[in-house]
Amino acid sequence: MSYLGNIVSSVQTVFEGLTITFSHLFREPMTIQYPDRTPIPVKDTLPLRYRGFLDVQTDICTGCTLCQKACPIDCILIEAGKDPELGQRVMTRFAVDLSKCMYCGLCTEPCPTGAIRFTREFEAATYDVKTLVREYILNGEKIVPYKAPKK
Amino acid sequence: MENFITNMIAQCSWLQSLPKWVVVFGFQIFFSVLILFAFVAIFAMLAGYVERRVAGRIQSRIGPNRVGPQGILQSLADGIKVFLKEDVVPTAADPILFRIAPYFVFVGMFLAFVAIPFSAQWVISDFNLGIFYLLACEALVVIGIVMSGWASNNKWSLIGGMRSAAQIVSYEVPVSLTILMIVLWCGTMDIQQIILSQGPMPWHWHVFQNPFLFIGFFIFFIGSLAEGNRMPFDMPEAESELVSGYNTEYSGFRFIIFFFAEFANLYLIGAIVTILFLGGWQAGVLPEFFVSIFGAENPWIVALIKNFTQLFVFQAKALVLVFVIIQLRWTLPRVRVDQLMALCWKYLVPISFVNLLAISFWVVFVPEIGTKITAGVMTTFGAIIFIYFFYRVYWQLKFSKAKIRMNPFS
Repeated sequence: MSYLGNIVSSVQTVFEGLTITFSHLFREPMTIQYPDRTPIPVKDTLPLRYRGFLDVQTDICTGCTLCQKACPIDCILIEAGKDPELGQRVMTRFAVDLSKCMYCGLCTEPCPTGAIRFTREFEAATYDVKTLVREYILNGEKIVPYKAPKK
Repeated sequence: MENFITNMIAQCSWLQSLPKWVVVFGFQIFFSVLILFAFVAIFAMLAGYVERRVAGRIQSRIGPNRVGPQGILQSLADGIKVFLKEDVVPTAADPILFRIAPYFVFVGMFLAFVAIPFSAQWVISDFNLGIFYLLACEALVVIGIVMSGWASNNKWSLIGGMRSAAQIVSYEVPVSLTILMIVLWCGTMDIQQIILSQGPMPWHWHVFQNPFLFIGFFIFFIGSLAEGNRMPFDMPEAESELVSGYNTEYSGFRFIIFFFAEFANLYLIGAIVTILFLGGWQAGVLPEFFVSIFGAENPWIVALIKNFTQLFVFQAKALVLVFVIIQLRWTLPRVRVDQLMALCWKYLVPISFVNLLAISFWVVFVPEIGTKITAGVMTTFGAIIFIYFFYRVYWQLKFSKAKIRMNPFS
């Protein structure tokens, strides 16, 4: 009896399997064709608090260097000092080495103005690792640190 | 072929100046080369592409779609890549056997194309032992596979080759018995006569003539899959256990030859099943219909249109079967060796013996009216199964609540 039963069950299961695979030809593929064929850029589909590259908004940076001190792997470099011409403290360099950054978020927590923060960008692939050092003060600019208005 | 060439000689005056055998052989060689390079090579490329796209959709992926429009040139890119690989012959391999083994597989596969009738007149060699010749060609492939497995001096290759030999020799039995059924039914081994004994409509086909031929169709299909080392019977190249089986040590051009033979065999399975069971190139009134549409007068053009119509009907049937084979590959898991042998010797062989006996009785005792009744009943049964299949597909889509996308190129 199991002889005929085997035949019947194999015919039934193969038939059922074929209907399932054939129906898959009409189903939507799950694939997201990542870099270039997505309906909206993948960056915009990420959650708002995603820890991507660090970004620095230099016009509200107070130059306090708290982020530099908080960074456990020293990937933030801030050069600041007294400028003789302006007669006040200026920042001349603000660099973040993204190849070292581990996206821990310890630098964003002490920042008094929220000048250093995460973005949703994450595509760091490059031919030269040096390009991952992001400079936020370019062309020898001198940025006067931000001061909160007194009340 | 004979008629077609005679027709051509009558049309072209410069062919009349040559002796007839020169023209006949010339055309036969020309058509063999045409089939080999213009059809089989392109088919192998396209089948590789289609297989990967179908596999992609079945697994909820997309498949290759970057090289050329919708990835249609993917096989070409892969072919160039494999072609440029170094041709390695392992130090411990048997140098002569290792080098000639791919050609045995290749020749065995392509010799079969000589006897495949693509239309009423387009068959390179139409001779009265055609179907027997096809079986003999299959056997040549075993030698090539065992030879490549042995000569590679690699345990995986050897196991793959031995498995292939065991499998092909075992499945040759039910396949031959089923072919014998057809031979008894038609009373001939001539492939063209086998096709002519069928008709254009499904109720003229051998599959639906009676229940035994219906079962024989499935036995032949399963046996052909196993002989062609296709999933679910691809034990010889089981990737997860044997790296790649008998062609593990091959690279470059020799590997391409194995690859081509595999896809040529895929087509061959479809073509032989079409010839034996699904009416071959029989197109009914279609050829005359097309001739009247084009209003062709010249007998040469008329013959061309007729043959092309039959060619398209034949290819449509064969390619649907190729699609089913591809779909089966991505539906079923690979069977174990003992299951493979059990399926052959415990199920297919006894059933095909019973079938053979029943067909012999049927041919002798059942009158023609009985065959007509069973043909009607079986065709209705086949149609019900066909409709039920699509109903089940619809049900699967509804049950899974999946998003539908009808466009195959997306």
